[in-house]
Amino acid sequence: MTTATERATGPATDGPGGQVLRHRMPAGRWARELGWRHVVGVLAVLYAVFPIVYVVSASLSPTGTLTGSNDLFAQVSGVNYAELGDTKFWTWMGNTLVIGVATAVGTVLMGAAAAYAFSRFRFAGRRLGLTSLLIIQMFPQMLAFVAIFLLLISLGEVVPVLGLNSKIALICVYLGGALGVNTFLMYGFFNTVPRELDEAAKIDGATHAQVYWTIILRLVTPILAVVGLLSFISTFGEFIIARVVLQSESNWTLAVGLYGWVSSLLEANWGLFAAGAVLSAIPVLALFLFLQKYIVGGLTAGSVKG
Amino acid sequence: MSRARYKGADAGSGTFSGAGFAVKLVLIALVDALGVFGVLAAWRAGSWGILAAMVALLVAANWVYFTKRALPLKYILPGLAFLLVYQVYVIGYTGYVAFTNYGDGHNSTKEQAIDALLVQNERRVEGSPALPLTVVESGDGDLGFAVTRDGAVEVGTADEPLDAAPDATVSEGAVTAVPGWTVLDRQAVLQRQQEVTTLRVPVSDDAADGSVRTQDARTGYVFQPVLEYDEAADTMTDASTGVVYTPNDEGQFESADGETLPVGWRVTVGFENFATAFGDDRYAGPFVKILLWTFAFAVLSVVTTFALGMFLAMVFNDPRLRGRKVYRTLMILPYAMPGFLAALLWSGMLNKSFGVINQVLLGGAAIPWLTDPWLAKLSVLGVNLWLGFPYMFLICTGALQSLPGDVYEAARIDGAGKWRTWRSITMPLLLVATAPLLISSFAFNFNNFTLIKMLTGGGPRFDDASVPLGHTDILISMVYNVSGLDGSAPRDYGLASALSIVIFVVVGVISAIAFRQTRKLEELS
Repeated sequence: MTTATERATGPATDGPGGQVLRHRMPAGRWARELGWRHVVGVLAVLYAVFPIVYVVSASLSPTGTLTGSNDLFAQVSGVNYAELGDTKFWTWMGNTLVIGVATAVGTVLMGAAAAYAFSRFRFAGRRLGLTSLLIIQMFPQMLAFVAIFLLLISLGEVVPVLGLNSKIALICVYLGGALGVNTFLMYGFFNTVPRELDEAAKIDGATHAQVYWTIILRLVTPILAVVGLLSFISTFGEFIIARVVLQSESNWTLAVGLYGWVSSLLEANWGLFAAGAVLSAIPVLALFLFLQKYIVGGLTAGSVKG
Repeated sequence: MSRARYKGADAGSGTFSGAGFAVKLVLIALVDALGVFGVLAAWRAGSWGILAAMVALLVAANWVYFTKRALPLKYILPGLAFLLVYQVYVIGYTGYVAFTNYGDGHNSTKEQAIDALLVQNERRVEGSPALPLTVVESGDGDLGFAVTRDGAVEVGTADEPLDAAPDATVSEGAVTAVPGWTVLDRQAVLQRQQEVTTLRVPVSDDAADGSVRTQDARTGYVFQPVLEYDEAADTMTDASTGVVYTPNDEGQFESADGETLPVGWRVTVGFENFATAFGDDRYAGPFVKILLWTFAFAVLSVVTTFALGMFLAMVFNDPRLRGRKVYRTLMILPYAMPGFLAALLWSGMLNKSFGVINQVLLGGAAIPWLTDPWLAKLSVLGVNLWLGFPYMFLICTGALQSLPGDVYEAARIDGAGKWRTWRSITMPLLLVATAPLLISSFAFNFNNFTLIKMLTGGGPRFDDASVPLGHTDILISMVYNVSGLDGSAPRDYGLASALSIVIFVVVGVISAIAFRQTRKLEELS
C-alpha cells in the first residue's frame, strides 16, 4: 500500500528519501488515508488518558470526596497532598520502595549468576536443571499463598524475622521467584555474548569469577536493567502475598494500604487516595517512560525466544 | 589485580585468588553464623523439620563454596536455595494440605489439641486452699510464680512445673526472695498485668494435675481440667458428666451420641476437599459458575485487548502519519500504571451514585456498574481492556513491522483486496508471532487476583450461597475467600489448597500447550 501511494504521489515527494508525502495531498484523499487515523488516535488517547487526568484532578480537589471530584479542576489545592503527611502513606511508600529495590537487586544477582552457570558451564544435570526451572516457573508462587502463610507461621516460631509480619520474610518469599522466568530471559541474552571473549580472558589467566564480574556482567547490562525493572514493577504492585504476610499497618506496602483506604470509607477517603495514587504511580510511570524501549524489547524477546 | 590473576592461574581452579577469596570467606562466615543461629533457634523451639532443612542448606553451602568440584553450583546455589524453600516446598506443601482438613478447629497436631482441650476446659478445684503467691522472674525474663503449699515454697514457670525451693526467704506469709529469681515489685506486676493473669504454672509434669493461676498476683488457686485424657485408651473423659469421647476419623474427639469437642487436630482426609468443591451443595454451584467465569474472563480479556491493540497497531502502522510517537507514548500510559491503582481508581469512577462515569459522562444516570451481576462482569472486562490494550498494541506494532513485505507484494499481484490480505496474511502471521504472548497473557489473567479484588471484591454476592463468594470472583479470589485469611469466613486451608491444586492443573495444561507451540524445550541445548 505504501509503495503504491509513493508511486502515485511521486512528483509531490520533496523530502529527502521520499518519506514525507503529506504535503500537497488533496484534502479528500488525506482524510481517507490519514485523517481518520488521527480521529482514531485522538479517541484512543482520550480513552487511555481520561482516568489519569481524572485522578490528577481529584487529587487536587480540596473537597476530598468522590462527588466533589467530578468537576475536573474546578478548584485546585494541595490539601490532599499535605494531609498524606498525617497518614501512614510515606511509611508505606518507604516499605514498598525498600521491598521493591531489595527484591530487584536480589533477583538480578541470583538470576544472572544462575544464567551465567547455565550459559557457560557444561555439567551433568544442566539440561535437567533448565527443564525443571521451565516447569517450576509455570506455577506462579502466589497460588501457594496459603502454604506460604503456614510456612511463615512455622518459621516465625523459630526466627521471628523470617515469620509473619516481617518485611525481610516478604523479600525472601519474593526472591523464591528470582530464578525461573528471569533466568530464561537472561540465559538467552548471555548466550548472545561471544564465548571467545571469556576464553581469551581465561587464557590471560582470569578466573571464572573475574570473567563473570568484569566481562560478562558488563556486556549484559541491558538485560540486567530489564530484569531489575520488571521485578521492581511486579513487586510494587503485588497484593495477595503482601496482604497475607504483612499484618501490622506500619509494615504494609502501598498496594495493601491504599486498598484499605478505598475498601473502607471510599467516599470520604477519595481525595486522599487520589493524591496517594498519583504519588505512587510517579516512580513506576517515570521508570517506564524512560526505559520503555528496553522493557518492550525485553518483554517480547524474552517471551518469544525464551 | 594482575598478581591475583596469575596466582589464580597457578592454582589451576582459580577459586583461590586474593581479594576474591577474602570476600568469599567473609560471606561464608556470615552465612554460617546466621545459619548456626537459626539451627540453635530451631533446636530450642523443637522444630525438627526446620532444623533439618537449615542444617542441609548450611552443609550444602559450605561444601559448594569450598570444594573445587562444584563450580556451576557456586553460581546457582543462592537462587536455588530460595527457589527450593519458597517455591518448590510451598507448592508441595499446598499439595499436602489439600488432602488434610487443616483449618479452624483443626489447626494443630493431636498432642497440641489434647493440651489445648485440657487447658481450655479448666475450673478451680473445689475446696482447694488459697495459695500465697509471689510473682517472680527468671534470669531469662520468663515470668513465674513462687507459691507456698503445705508450708513449703515451690517455684515454677509456664514451661517448668512447680519445684521445691527450700532456700527461699519467707516473711509475714509471703515469699520475699528466691535465689536465682527476681521478685517483681507491685509496679512491675502492674506493668505486666496481662502476662501475669494469663500465666498458668503447671503443678506437675502431668497436665491432669492442673495448674496454678492468679487474678490478683497475691493468691493463687489450683485449676484442674474438666476433661481427663486417658493415654492408654486414647480417650477423653469429662470428669463432671462422665461422658467418654473417642477420637474419630475427622480429627476430633467424639462421644457415643455424636457430640464433639471443639478443638480438633488435622488429619488427612483423602479427596474430601475435592469432593466438597465439586459435590457439596454450598460450594459446587458457585464453584462451577466461578470456573466458567474464570475461563470466560481470561479468554475475553485476551481477545478484547488483542483486538483493540491490533486495530490500533494497524491504524498507526503508517509511516506518513504525523505525531505517531506522541500518540504512542500517551496510549501506553495505562500499561505503565500499576494495576492495583488502576483497579482502585476505576472502582471509584464506576461508583453507582457518585462516580464520574455516571455523574458526568452519562449525565447523572444511576447505572449499577459494579453491583449488577452482568454489568459487573462487563466492567471488569472493560477495565482490563483499558489496562491491557497498550501492551497488545506494543507487541502488535513490533510484529507488524517485522512482517515480510514480499508476501504483500505477491498478494497484490494475485489481486487480493485489503480485507482478503488482512484475513489471509496479516492476521495469521500476527497470531503466529504473538501466540506465546497471548498464552502467557491468558495465564496471567486467569490469576488476576488484584484486578478482581480491588475493582469489585468479587461482588455482587451470590444470593444462594452461605459462602463469601460473588458473581465476579475468579478461582484465585475464591481460594482467597475460602482460606479465610482476611477473616471474612472460617479458615479452611484444606479446601483452599485443593482449589489451588485445580488452578495448578489448569495453568499447567495451558503452559504445556504453550511450550509445545514454541518448542522451547528443543532450543535448550
